[in-house]
Amino acid sequence: MADHLLEVRNLSVTFHTARGPVRAVRNVSWHLDRGEVLAILGESGSGKSVSASAIMDLIDCPPGQIESGELLFEGRDLLKMGREERRNINGKRIAMIFQDPLSHLNPVYTVGWQIEETMVIHGTPRAQARTETLALLEKVGIPNPAASAAKYPHQFSGGQRQRLMIAMALALRPDILIADEPTTALDVTVQAQILDLLEKLQEETGMGLLLITHDLGVVAEVADRVVVMNGGEIVEQGSAAAVYANPQHPYTRRLIAAAPGKGEMPPDRPAAEPLLAVSGLTKQYGDFTALASADFALEEGEVVAIVGESGSGKSTLAKCLLRLEEPSGGRALYKGADLFSLSPRDLYKMRRDIQMVFQDPTQSLNPRMSVHDLIAEAWVIHPEILPRAQWKSRVAELLQQVGLLPEHMHRYPHQFSGGQRQRIAIARALALEPRIIICDEAVSALDVSIQAQVIELLADLRRRLGLSYIFIAHDLPVVRDFADRVIVMQGGRIVEQGTVRQIFDAPRQAYTRNLLAASLDPDPAIQAERRAARHAGKAAEKAPA
Amino acid sequence: MADTTPTSADAPEKGKLRAFLSMLWADKPATLAAIFLAIVVACALVGPMLLDAVATKQNLRGRNAPPFDLSNGWLLFLGGDALGRPLLARIIVAARNTMAIAAGAVLASMVVGAALGLVAGYSRGRWAQIIPRLADVIMSFPSLLLAVIVLYMLEPSAANIVLVLAITRIPVYLRTTRAEVLEIRERMFVQAAQVMGASDARIIFRHILPVALPTILTIATLDFAFVMLAESSLSFLGIGIQPPEITWGLMVSQGRQYLTNAWWLSFWPGLAIILTTLSLNLLSNWLRVALDPQQRWRLEIARSAKGDRKNG
Repeated sequence: MADHLLEVRNLSVTFHTARGPVRAVRNVSWHLDRGEVLAILGESGSGKSVSASAIMDLIDCPPGQIESGELLFEGRDLLKMGREERRNINGKRIAMIFQDPLSHLNPVYTVGWQIEETMVIHGTPRAQARTETLALLEKVGIPNPAASAAKYPHQFSGGQRQRLMIAMALALRPDILIADEPTTALDVTVQAQILDLLEKLQEETGMGLLLITHDLGVVAEVADRVVVMNGGEIVEQGSAAAVYANPQHPYTRRLIAAAPGKGEMPPDRPAAEPLLAVSGLTKQYGDFTALASADFALEEGEVVAIVGESGSGKSTLAKCLLRLEEPSGGRALYKGADLFSLSPRDLYKMRRDIQMVFQDPTQSLNPRMSVHDLIAEAWVIHPEILPRAQWKSRVAELLQQVGLLPEHMHRYPHQFSGGQRQRIAIARALALEPRIIICDEAVSALDVSIQAQVIELLADLRRRLGLSYIFIAHDLPVVRDFADRVIVMQGGRIVEQGTVRQIFDAPRQAYTRNLLAASLDPDPAIQAERRAARHAGKAAEKAPA
Repeated sequence: MADTTPTSADAPEKGKLRAFLSMLWADKPATLAAIFLAIVVACALVGPMLLDAVATKQNLRGRNAPPFDLSNGWLLFLGGDALGRPLLARIIVAARNTMAIAAGAVLASMVVGAALGLVAGYSRGRWAQIIPRLADVIMSFPSLLLAVIVLYMLEPSAANIVLVLAITRIPVYLRTTRAEVLEIRERMFVQAAQVMGASDARIIFRHILPVALPTILTIATLDFAFVMLAESSLSFLGIGIQPPEITWGLMVSQGRQYLTNAWWLSFWPGLAIILTTLSLNLLSNWLRVALDPQQRWRLEIARSAKGDRKNG
């Protein structure tokens, strides 16, 4: 008999939808032992979260239906237990944390009260719960626990909220912690801290940690073993190092190959006349300075990446360049004219030359317009580009250019996958025949393999059409593959800029070094080395003090 | 320059109409509703021409004649009113006034309210402040008092009743539209249109209005019943439609005093109001689904068993 802490055997779950049954997972089996970190890796729609939801009794039946399988927790099948018994296990023995901590914390109670409450519900006396809460907050690294416990969720940053969620999950000393994409919404440096914390807590308590993620880097950083899922089935499982070094299944191989940040860095380009020269760009909201005197240039055919954490002002910069926000000061010279002082008529003309691709294609495409209408809208607005009779053939041409089929033009955005939608958004930008495309986190919302395809498409368009890109991203490996020059931003300021080689091989600023150190490599061996270096660094820091 | 681009220029109009009708057929309650509304409209158009004389002719022997009695002729099948006039004929004739006033008032308040709401929600200037206050003023004023004042000064006629009812209902549309626009304005596809250089008019009519329209239409259909009854309360005060002109609302209020011994006087016109509102509701519900590309498959799947599968 198995003595695994948690074992899932032959689980199959089907969701009954109006379009017919969807088999979310088929015959999935895995196990988790005490003191182990298991990662379930998969792209969106792979069914990676379904088995965890089944364990936590989070699948609504109907429309969901658990068709077969067993969920063995300490040898007992969760599916055969009564409601009451499962409630006693959920939260107490098996706890879960989620991607978006804000939506899982109640905004009207203080965080201290909420953590206490989980303990009180499960029978801890109030006074004891209070002291334990403070100890927990201390443990998960919340500064000044006593004062923080009296604060409300909105007063914390994203990373701190995730720490609070972890504190809440740990309140009852669970045997298993399930973390569903715990760091996806966080900045790289914060992500590294949270993963560090999870690892440390797991070592201390000896609990089993189940990590659900789409990120090979996260797997490399923390996981002992990994289960790779695709299309509702497990394609491969094994130790994280072995799977990375020697992937057996073609899907795993493709996934590893798609991970960015391994290619050759582009050669340095000879200096040329800048196409766009920004100087002293400033944006203030009242007393708050979102952007302080940014200077940079973009050359013809060049890719300039802007990286930084959330709140660093990189999106504000893009919005100012496009005049979606009015800048408070500065100049942006394009073809001899200052973008910030254009008359409405000139601004309208300028729109043709500078286009934007947004982060989330689901939101940037009007859901009520067909693909043809979306792309042809460019010519409705700028009728001088193309006579109406040629719209249809040009839409077909553009769709082919971005790797879609001409017959897709009569469909609507929701009928496409995320990657295809981003292609439509790119086709729409191309319809105006722009010189510069600003990509605001254009690939961040996409799965790794799709991300690689879209980057390839952008690179291809650059070669063929001589486009220049301003590529805003928080993901450094992607930037390393695609960009010529990198601008690093922090707190509304440009802290460093240089060629990709300069930034990645010889960063001058501590902030840039931190960013680079925090980004995760998909190779567990490299990640282990970095971790060792980091711990050695910390130890060295502590020693003199 | 034309602002609309047909989905496919060479798709014949006939094919589109057929697709639309078959989508209607897929939703059986909506089909019934459409048929009922078509009958009501037909009654409103031709009813008064055919039945006006019958509907106003008194017949004291048929006073409060009970319904379901064919011995007095088919016109008295639904019974007679206090003066022996056949209810069936009166309901058919009253359809014209009722529909004209209700549709007029709802349409006018919807168009004006939605337009003001669009301006208030979209502009960031002074109008964004003034227009919502205007709605507050109208709302804080008792609508019946307003009606009494206006109709005291103006002649009580159908047009003036439409005017009064429209004014009192404007804030409902204005506030809803404004709230919707404030939210839609911040969506990313609106920014995408701005980046392409779209004019304000294009953004409002092509990107914002289509998204807000289903909500507005739903309120409008709900408002239909309210307006019909509000019109009858005006008649009750003596400032609305006056006999011998008839509306359904007026018929309901006239039958009120006979409720204990002749329920049918109020019941049939009341039923007409309910069925009309219900039909409009069902139809607007269907329209909301049919106009939304993301929801349309529900109707299309019911239509063809094979269904078009989602493209992965």
